[in-house]
Amino acid sequence: MTAKDLRNPIKVARGLGSSQSGVGHWWTQRVTAVALIPLGIWFVFVVVSLAHSDFAHAHAVVARPWNALLLIAFVLTMFWHAVLGLQVVVEDYVHVRWKAVAWLLAIKFLAVLGALAGVLAVLRIALTP
Amino acid sequence: MAEFSLPKNSKIQPGKHYPAKGAKNPRTFRIYRWSPDDGKNPRIDTYEVDMAACGPMVLDALLKIKNEIDPTLTLRRSCREGICGSCAMNIDGTNTLACTRAIDECASGDVKIYPLPHMPVVKDLVPDLSHFYAQFASIKPWLRTQSPAPDRERLQSPEERKKIDGLYECILCACCSTSCPSYWWNGEKYLGPAILLQAYRWIVDSRDEDTGARLDDLEDPFKLYRCHTIMNCTRTCPKGLNPAKAIAEIKKLMVERRG
Repeated sequence: MTAKDLRNPIKVARGLGSSQSGVGHWWTQRVTAVALIPLGIWFVFVVVSLAHSDFAHAHAVVARPWNALLLIAFVLTMFWHAVLGLQVVVEDYVHVRWKAVAWLLAIKFLAVLGALAGVLAVLRIALTP
Repeated sequence: MAEFSLPKNSKIQPGKHYPAKGAKNPRTFRIYRWSPDDGKNPRIDTYEVDMAACGPMVLDALLKIKNEIDPTLTLRRSCREGICGSCAMNIDGTNTLACTRAIDECASGDVKIYPLPHMPVVKDLVPDLSHFYAQFASIKPWLRTQSPAPDRERLQSPEERKKIDGLYECILCACCSTSCPSYWWNGEKYLGPAILLQAYRWIVDSRDEDTGARLDDLEDPFKLYRCHTIMNCTRTCPKGLNPAKAIAEIKKLMVERRG
């Protein structure tokens, strides 16, 4: 607090009050984290198994329905979890309001684009004969 | 962004040296000094204290310095037995109470003493805790009831009473809150471990009837959810309490009530 701040400390402490939110964000972050444990292990396993295969084989593996489904689930969950986590980082460290808003917008837009691109890529492989 | 380097007028300069002449068992204390009155940067003064003529606790050494070497050294203290929380400061790199911290327990070499981290300094080892106390007041830390006051005490079973063990002992020394990086970066809005532990103390009290309103007041990305389970609070608590667990219990109740 600066010397010029003549507000009573209780005014500062009470601030704008409670926003009545936060539990949804917190819980979703945990749920996506739990989902990412099996999805992440599965994803690493698939990538490693494709390390030395040629394009046609990799294409065929991704095109299998279960693999395509799990890949889309992984991409969506991963981006969702990343947005929630990065949002916390920005809220923690960026204290200039307009910069925080700009970061949060950029993160959300890029995450949506990334997720859509990932889903589109899997669908193209899975749905083209 | 959060500031990671000190502003120019906060950079610490070397200070004075007070040698202990003819001491049998000298121990060196390096203490943060800053006065609002002289316009100078903070400095570290070095005091040599003869342990042969000094009590065992860090507070004993500080009072010996103040009484016998340098009366300008400013610090808070009251009970000298770990129940008032006045002498909380950063000793040997850890927030703790000077009165319950033995000098022998500090790492060998010089004993470094600073005020509680990341708080405005009033003078030397005295931090400004106005905001911390205001945050405590903001959770309305008293028994809130709807039912009419009974003719006698509000009863509580031994099992219910047990639930506030590990919570009621908190002396609000602010060691935990000022050890928390989240409180450093967002202390204006984040309530911090001490206040959240106190909030939980009333949430689990079987006699309190305002649990929902208490949870309503905490449900906020900043007031509560800046806690990232860093655990500095629990590690540093000089009373051996576990604020991180209290915060986790609040988060569990938040999930529980939304179904």
